[in-house]
Amino acid sequence: MSTRVVIDPVTRIEGHLRVDVEVDQGRVVKAWSSGQMWRGIETILKGRDPRDAWIYAQRICGVCTTVHAIASVRAVENALALPVPKNAQYIRNMIVCAHGIHDHIVHFYHLAALDWVDIVSALEGDAAGASALASSLSDWQGNGRLQMQDAKDRLGAFVGSGQLGVFASGYWGHPAMKLPPDANLMAAAHYLQALGVQRIANQIVAVLGAKSPHVQNLAVGGVANAINPDSQSTLTLERLYKVKALIDELGQFIHTAMMADVAAVGALYADWTGYGAGVTNYLSVPDLPLDEMGTRFALPGGHMPDGMGSFRAIADVNDAYFRDGVVEEVGHAWYDYEAQGALHPFEGETSPNYTDFQDDGKYSWIKAPSFRGERAQVGPLANVLAMAAAGHAPTLEHLTKLLAQAGAVAGAEIPLSALHSTIGRIAARAVRCAVLHDALAEQWTLLMENIASRDFDTFNRPVFPKGEIRGMGFHEAPRGVLSHWVVIEDGKIRNYRAVVPSTWNAGPRDDKGRPGPYEASLMDNPVADPELPLEVLRTVHSFDPCIACAIHMTDPEKRPIVQVKAF
Amino acid sequence: MRVLVLGVGNLLLSDEGVGVRVVERLEAGWTLPEGVTALDGGTAGLALLDDVTACDHMLIVDCGRLDAAPGAVRVFEGAAAPAFFQRRISPHQIGLCDLLAAAALIGATPPGLTLIAVQPDSVALGLDLTPAGEAGAARALDLLLDRLAALGLAPAPRAAAA
Repeated sequence: MSTRVVIDPVTRIEGHLRVDVEVDQGRVVKAWSSGQMWRGIETILKGRDPRDAWIYAQRICGVCTTVHAIASVRAVENALALPVPKNAQYIRNMIVCAHGIHDHIVHFYHLAALDWVDIVSALEGDAAGASALASSLSDWQGNGRLQMQDAKDRLGAFVGSGQLGVFASGYWGHPAMKLPPDANLMAAAHYLQALGVQRIANQIVAVLGAKSPHVQNLAVGGVANAINPDSQSTLTLERLYKVKALIDELGQFIHTAMMADVAAVGALYADWTGYGAGVTNYLSVPDLPLDEMGTRFALPGGHMPDGMGSFRAIADVNDAYFRDGVVEEVGHAWYDYEAQGALHPFEGETSPNYTDFQDDGKYSWIKAPSFRGERAQVGPLANVLAMAAAGHAPTLEHLTKLLAQAGAVAGAEIPLSALHSTIGRIAARAVRCAVLHDALAEQWTLLMENIASRDFDTFNRPVFPKGEIRGMGFHEAPRGVLSHWVVIEDGKIRNYRAVVPSTWNAGPRDDKGRPGPYEASLMDNPVADPELPLEVLRTVHSFDPCIACAIHMTDPEKRPIVQVKAF
Repeated sequence: MRVLVLGVGNLLLSDEGVGVRVVERLEAGWTLPEGVTALDGGTAGLALLDDVTACDHMLIVDCGRLDAAPGAVRVFEGAAAPAFFQRRISPHQIGLCDLLAAAALIGATPPGLTLIAVQPDSVALGLDLTPAGEAGAARALDLLLDRLAALGLAPAPRAAAA
């Protein structure tokens, strides 16, 4: 007899996602991913000035403000075929990198790690043992015995105060928690240190983007940062050198502690390389444009239809292979299209049609997208596999290092194919974080060299023609491919669509009944105790669900953080 | 004394964004004295940690379910504020709750905490406040100015606004 488990909502911090699984003999046999709220940004933007779209778009989500702003200005610039000055590209690229790094650090330590690291067990860890373990894995400066003891004391006081707060939804003592107490203490200490480290990444965004969490320096046509090496009121050399110091500080943590922690967790949970592959049709896009028209990129991206062998690079935003390949269906989503079938984002419609949760009918506010006729998984794993296939040297270097370190801890070689899994998504995110850090330093150098050549341009004024124009902007965001699509008529927005990473991954079944990546990845997952479905959370959290942008933001009803129903 | 005025909420959802609107109006109409920072926090969580840990007193303006008439405003001080968050009556308070927990974990909770909460009338899609939301925003702004004055940091009205 099977058991139905409902987890609602499933995200640890933001958004609202409901996941239902049917468990039979300790395995997931059926899964549904459902966005529980409606998103209406498209409706709000209709009729507005395209130059302002990014200001509203960055309110779609509290975590990914920057990414929607970037994709939005790119979409309008694409419609106008507007060149973007090199300085503006480099400054935007640095913001993109710093934001991505911030997101990846917070995901691993503050959102995902608690599925694997037992905080209560950490309190039984020995500071000297944790320090010895940490030091054997990396030369991070925060690995000392006193630092481990300090972490243990802080956690003890916090847990002892009865205010579990962030730790309230942890599955402490669950049989699937496998780390020894010293390893838990090491990870918990780095969890606390990462709270400080993520602030450094934010400071970089703040210096360049004016005000975090909402960047204010973007403009259709470039950035609003005036560059003048001789003036104090603009983006000065002094500020840029401050950014460089922050970049260096950030790198010390990523390249030592974070890579080692991810390798260790991956190795000690090696059985999880066998679960959670799901949809292995991977899609990512290139990012960090290096020229004015965005024809060359620092980071490659593309399509890997079977996950390993063939790779089709996506050249740029005008590449019809991507632009014409994206459609969305609503057969299992709470919308109706005027006609049957799939719609390209330029022709997209938003007509809600709410029914109850119907197992075989409509059950989500998220649409079901597909790429060239197939469901696709997006995210750091898709991008790392693509960058590796494209021969991107820093990716290969960090990927090889991480697999080797995990192999050393596990005492067995870990093949590349292990990445097609729940734990693989977490590993790939760490690799991408390290790649982004290298890229951030590189973009800083490019900006400084360009300024040194006396190029101070940061903005080209957009001029909107009469009649209709269309544009698409893509961005390889922390959770994967983000694309904004805009149709502009006589200088006003006529249609606007955001196909966000969580639409790709968290979408429901498509019209042919094919499951989305979340749903497919949950199949065959073990579930030791349906009342405590930690294993389901591990797989869903490995995608870094940030459902606020895939769906509408508010929930007028009180709801507990995690409501597990088993029946 | 460093004071952070933090407006939170989603601007896309009418009265849900009242906290952000109040902060916008504060910045537009008043010059803030040295030591006072106004921040539009939107719906962000951990990204605000740097600002939160750098202040001695945090004044949060947000919408919330007060079981009162639309536009009603309540002020919660000190320990009453986090307790209010735990009722989770607004979706981004999950983020705020975690944010305060994170500040506590690194031993940097702001010593002073004030929450000014406005009962929304509508959280439907839209960029404008409802009439009740407008009235609530005006009351919240007055209370915010009073609170800043009580802390000895009264903002000065901008001449142009007169």
